[in-house]
Amino acid sequence: MEPFRFYTRFILPEYTGKKAINIMELAEGIREVPDSSIYYHTHNFLQEHHYLTPEPPSDFAHWVGEVLLEASLGECLAGIDTCDFSSIPLLRQAILKTIEDYLAKGPPLREAPGGMEFYFIKANLVVAQTRYTATNLQEFLEALRKVGICSIYFHLFEARLRLGREKNDFSHWIADSVGDEELANEISSLNPYTYTLENLREALIGLVEERVKG
Amino acid sequence: MVGLEEYRAIVGDEVIEELRLLSEKLSGTVVQNINSTAVGGGVAEILHRMVPLLKELGIDARWNVMKGGERFFEVTKKFHNALHGAAVDLSEKDFSTFLETTQQNLQEISLSDDIIFVHDPQPVAMIKGRKRSKARWIWRCHIDLSAPDGRVWSFIRSFVAQYDASVFTAPSFARVLPIRRYLIAPSIDPLSEKNKELSESAIELVLRKYDINQEKPIVAQISRFDRLKDPLGVIEAYRLVKRRIDCQLVLAGGGAADDPEGEKVLREVEGEAESDRDIHVLPLPSGSDLEINALQRAAAVVVQKSIKEGFGLTVSEALWKGKPVVASAVGGMPLQINHGNTGLLSHSVEGAAYHIRKLLRDKEFAERLGRNGREHVRQNFLLTRHLKDYLLLFLLAGHHQENLYL
Repeated sequence: MEPFRFYTRFILPEYTGKKAINIMELAEGIREVPDSSIYYHTHNFLQEHHYLTPEPPSDFAHWVGEVLLEASLGECLAGIDTCDFSSIPLLRQAILKTIEDYLAKGPPLREAPGGMEFYFIKANLVVAQTRYTATNLQEFLEALRKVGICSIYFHLFEARLRLGREKNDFSHWIADSVGDEELANEISSLNPYTYTLENLREALIGLVEERVKG
Repeated sequence: MVGLEEYRAIVGDEVIEELRLLSEKLSGTVVQNINSTAVGGGVAEILHRMVPLLKELGIDARWNVMKGGERFFEVTKKFHNALHGAAVDLSEKDFSTFLETTQQNLQEISLSDDIIFVHDPQPVAMIKGRKRSKARWIWRCHIDLSAPDGRVWSFIRSFVAQYDASVFTAPSFARVLPIRRYLIAPSIDPLSEKNKELSESAIELVLRKYDINQEKPIVAQISRFDRLKDPLGVIEAYRLVKRRIDCQLVLAGGGAADDPEGEKVLREVEGEAESDRDIHVLPLPSGSDLEINALQRAAAVVVQKSIKEGFGLTVSEALWKGKPVVASAVGGMPLQINHGNTGLLSHSVEGAAYHIRKLLRDKEFAERLGRNGREHVRQNFLLTRHLKDYLLLFLLAGHHQENLYL
């Protein structure tokens, strides 16, 4: 059986040089920045505040709602379910469409106060192999308990959305190498955005443990 | 010297493992730091802690301090003020002094071939020695360049543009540059005198020393006596709170002795506080880290009501101690405080008073903010995160791609 190698990933943020003071400029930036910036702003909150309540807003939603005080647009942006999109370009399109639909209703009045502008940041990714590998579900379960949260994050979120893999790495290995299509689907159907990262680890452990105990 | 293992209990196995994983790829790499002072100031403080930890991780970290005469440091002080937007009087001689001193240092300092990490504007022109080594050059800017004097910035920029990469504390502090601008926030050291755990008796000792009532809730701002920190605004906010809730105010900080303006502000604050025995104005001498630690820990609410601020690490210090914080939404403070989750942000005296009152009344809410705040700092603003970012920087600088597979 092909072993599962746990990788982890690190992020070093970089300023793109773009900033926005109102919704029009925000839309312009969203159109132009690289995919790694869209990824950063839709996942940064989850990473930075991963101990808080789940399903946090994207940076776009947070800024529009809290700084520009455009509550209804902020809400619509927060409502975009990242899980529904298989690639960053599609997610970008959905965010833009939400903003454009809102702008079509009338011009927004507010600008961000000085010092509260939106700065477009992109994420540089460094991927490294950890010392954990698994050749069966039992070993996989043990590794899940020990690997860093960033490793789980990498295989569940990053692999699918940012690196363009069809499904998350765990489901891929469990279906193809372990041959357990059902467990693979159960993991695929978890919406990772509705958990804090540690709760997500618990949910994964629960699913795999059930199967191992059989 | 504190070793990496001592951080394990605070940050967890995962963080220490990650640091070791990243550093394996940099084993033996020479990272030559160059700055302009061995003691005093934030940069030297960071390097004193960072260099030994990098060495422990197998990186050949070195540290050269630029040598310069009084004239050179007068000029760099003027540059520093000008880069912060102050109007300064500069002559052609000032610029030539800067370049001559750089030239002398280039003759004395041998340059390594791996990574040369230059801190702040004083040694920025060392890049003139670029042809002498194969190193990748990184410029780390610790200051806020959002509104610099045009002449000085254009001079400094001509050197920065020759580097391979730059690093800023926050995007709002950065300028337009033809090189990459990485973002690395500063950090606090949880094991330093200012942040380490203290026993109740150590805290009580400090309160007794300054004759502070231990029964009445304390609102504290620990910051230099500087107009930009708005100590008079803090007194105003405290008075609004005091109308409804009996509490005391502690305004403590250093920096008054060698700063004529600071001395003046301190006198004004003392004058304003004179009639109220519940206001404690404490000018602290340098080296009062333990006292600062105790006062922050004794506070029911910590305030940082600055009008203008750099990153504002006093906020992280207070959050790390599990304190609910009310801070102005300026500088780097909104990066540390997510309003309503990890603290409260205010925009006025009245707003600050309203938030302080809420925190003094609603203990459960205050405790929740404090808990979240501490966790936020643990995840994002401790020395180990700073160390990790530096390792990533050393790995990424000079590569053109966004994704690096080790």
